[in-house]
Amino acid sequence: MNEQQELLKNSAREFLENECPESHVRDMEEDEKGYSPVLWQKMAEQGWHGLLVPEQYGGAGFDFIDQMVLVEELGRALVPGPYMSSVFGGAIPIIEAGSDAQKQEFLPKIAAGEVIFSLALTEPSARFDEAGIQAKATVSGNDVTISGTKLFVSDAHVADYLVVAARSGKGVTLAIVPTKQAGVKTTVLQTIARDKQCEVVLDNAKGQLLGTDGGGWAALGPVIQKYTVAECAYLVGLAQMDFEIAVDYAKERVQFGRPIGSFQAIQHKCADMVTDVDGSRFIMFKAAWSIASGQPANDTSIAVNMAKAWCSEATRRVVAHGQQIHGGIGFTKDYKIQLFYRRQKRAELAFGDADFHRELVAQQLGL
Amino acid sequence: MDWSDNPEQAKFRQEVRAFIQTKLPERYRPKAGESAEGGEGFSGGWQADRKSTDPERVATATAWANALAERGWIAPAWPKEYGGAGLSTIEQFIYNQEMAEAAAPSVGGMGVSMLGPTLIVHGSPEQKQEHLSRILSGEVAWAQGYSEPGAGSDLASLQTRAVRDGDEYVINGQKIWTSGAHFADWLFALVRTDPEAPKHRGISFMIMDIKTPGLTVRPIIDMGWNHPFNETFFEDVRVPAKNLIGEENRGWYVGMTLLDFERSGIAGAISYRRAMGETIDFLKNSGKNFRRQDFNSTRLEMADRAIETEVLFNFSFRIVTIQSRGLVPNYEASVNKTFGSELHQRMSRTQTKAWGLFGNVWDGKSKYAPMQAAHVHDYVGSVPHSIFSGSNEIQRNVIATRGLGLPRG
Repeated sequence: MNEQQELLKNSAREFLENECPESHVRDMEEDEKGYSPVLWQKMAEQGWHGLLVPEQYGGAGFDFIDQMVLVEELGRALVPGPYMSSVFGGAIPIIEAGSDAQKQEFLPKIAAGEVIFSLALTEPSARFDEAGIQAKATVSGNDVTISGTKLFVSDAHVADYLVVAARSGKGVTLAIVPTKQAGVKTTVLQTIARDKQCEVVLDNAKGQLLGTDGGGWAALGPVIQKYTVAECAYLVGLAQMDFEIAVDYAKERVQFGRPIGSFQAIQHKCADMVTDVDGSRFIMFKAAWSIASGQPANDTSIAVNMAKAWCSEATRRVVAHGQQIHGGIGFTKDYKIQLFYRRQKRAELAFGDADFHRELVAQQLGL
Repeated sequence: MDWSDNPEQAKFRQEVRAFIQTKLPERYRPKAGESAEGGEGFSGGWQADRKSTDPERVATATAWANALAERGWIAPAWPKEYGGAGLSTIEQFIYNQEMAEAAAPSVGGMGVSMLGPTLIVHGSPEQKQEHLSRILSGEVAWAQGYSEPGAGSDLASLQTRAVRDGDEYVINGQKIWTSGAHFADWLFALVRTDPEAPKHRGISFMIMDIKTPGLTVRPIIDMGWNHPFNETFFEDVRVPAKNLIGEENRGWYVGMTLLDFERSGIAGAISYRRAMGETIDFLKNSGKNFRRQDFNSTRLEMADRAIETEVLFNFSFRIVTIQSRGLVPNYEASVNKTFGSELHQRMSRTQTKAWGLFGNVWDGKSKYAPMQAAHVHDYVGSVPHSIFSGSNEIQRNVIATRGLGLPRG
C-alpha cells in the first residue's frame, strides 16, 4: 500500500469506529430505511461517495485500488446503507456509459450524497448473465419505458434513481429511472443480513437512456466487474474483523483452567482463518490492480472471477470458524460475531457465488 | 500494489529467460505432451544425475552446472565476494520464477541452499575458504543430518552425541530422513555436545566427510518405491574439531540462520500453474481418450486448483515483498508452507481424478499412462510435503502463537 492508501485506511477506520459502532449496525437492522442520513452525509463530507468520481464532476479522482481500500474498511465496520448501491450501481455505470450531460447532472450529486442510486440488474430468474434480463424496454429517442420485475435490488426503497437493465428490440438496454413515479413499486424483502434488498415492479416506468439502445450488456461488463471486486473487498474487511474478534475471544475465554486459545484445536482454526483472510485480500487486490492498471481484458476477467470464487468460499470458512470458536455465546443475538456470519452470506451470493465464478474460470482456462 | 515488473526487473527477467533459452540442455526441457514433473526430476534431479552410471546423464548435469557457473548463477543468493550472484531478493524471486517456469533443475542442492548461507554467516575464514568454492564448482554435494528417530517435530530433543577428545569430536548416534545422503560427499549435522544444558542450548553444528570411518548410510525406500532418503548411523565417528561451525552449544541458532535468503517458495506456485496448463492441454489434445467420461465435477475442481495456485503465488509474493523491505517474515512463511503443501496434495488428487481408471497406472512408460503417470506419482509423492520441513501441525502452531499471539499450550 502506498502512503495515500495507508492514510485513507487509517482515517476510514478511525471515522467508522466512532460513527458506526456495533450499536449502530444493530439499530439499522430494525430501521425502516436501513441507514442513517446523518452518517450518510458525514461519509459524503469525507469524500467517500465521490472517491472514484473524476474531479471535474465533483469527485476526488482516486483510483480503483484506493476505492477497494475504503470498501474493505466499510466491510470491517459492517456499514449499513446504500453506499455500495450508489457508488457501484450509480456512479460507475454513469462514468462508464453516461453522456457528458448525464455525468454533469448526476455525478456531482452522487458525490455530495444528495441523491442515492441503485442497480436493478437481477430478476426473479436470479441469473447474473445476459439471458437473465427479461424486463421489457421501449426506447424512443432518449426516453425509455420499462415494464417487468427486478428482484434483489439493494436499497431501492430509499434510492432516488435506479439504473435498470431491460431488454428492447435491440437487446439489453440501460436506463436511469426515477423511483418517485407511479410506475415504480418497491417492496423490501426480509433478508438474512437484514439489509434492504427489494422487489421492484416496473409498470410502464419512465426513464432516460443510459448509453445506447442495445448496448447495455457491453456497458454493464466493467460495472459488474468492479461491483464484484467491491463485494470481495467488503468480504475481506468483514472476514478480517470476524477473525480478529475470534482470536481475541480465544485469548480471553478460559476453560479447563486455561485460555481456549492455548488448545491446538482452536489454534489451528485460527491459523486457517488468517490464511483464508490474507489469501482473500491478496487475490482481491490482484483483481483490483488488474482493473486499475488496465491489464489485458482476458487477464482482468479471469482475475475477477478467481477473486470472487475464492473470497466467497474462504470468507465463509472464516465466519464458520468464528462461530465455532465462540461456542454457545456466538449463537446469541446479543453477541456481535453473528452479525458477520449473516452478512457474509449476502456478499457471498452477490454477483455470483463460488460455483458461478468457478465455472467461468473453468471456461477461460479452456476446460 | 503492483504485480508487474519495473523496467529493471523486466530487463533482468529477459536476461534469465534468454539464458535458459540458450543454455538449458535439451534433456532438461519438457517435451510437448509430457509432464515436466514426470521425467528425470522424479529420480532425484541434478544431484542424482551427476552420480549416475549413465554417461549421458552425467554429461547433462555437468553441462548445466558449467553454464550456470560461467554466468555466476549457481548461487544466486550468495554475496558476490563469496562467488555468488549477489542478487537482490526481488531478483532472486524473478530468477527462481523463471527457472521454475522452464522446469530447469536447480544445481548445488543443499550446499547452495543451506550450508553455504550458514557458512557465510557463521563460518571461519578457513571454513569458507575450504568449502564455498567446492560447492560452487559442483565438486561437493551436501546432505543434512537433522532429524532423528526420536526427534522429528521436536527436533531440539535430538540425542546424537558428540564428545570432545583432543582435536576431535567423537560422534555416536543415528540420523534419519537424510535426503540425498547417497548422492552427497559431505554432511552437516546437529549433534548434542552438552546433555546437561536446556535442550536448545546443548546442540552444536558440525560438518564431516560422508566417507569418514564409522559413518554408515542405509537407504530408506519410500511408499512410491523411490530412494530419496536414508538412515545415517554414527559409530565412533571422529571429526576434526575445526569442523565445528560457530560456537560449541550454539548449533541450534547456527542451524536456524537463513534469514536473508529468498524463501518465498515461488517455484511451487509456478510449477503448479505450469503443470495445470500442461494437463489442460493434454486433456484437449492427445490425451482425450484418457479423460474420464463423467468429467464435469473434476473440471470444476481443476478450476479451483487454478484459483488456489494464484492464492499461493500471492503468499509467495508477500514473503519476497517483506524481505525486499529488509524485514524478516514471521508467520507468513508458515502460511506459505502449509497452504502450498496442502495445495500440492489437492492438485495431485484432482489431476489423478481426471484420468478415472487410468489413475491406477504407475508405470510411466506404459501406453496406458497419461502424461507418464506423473500425477499418480505425485499423488503418492506429495504425501510427505505436509510432514517435512516442519509438519503442518507445527506450522499452524507457529502461525497461532508467533503470528497471532495465542498462548502456548
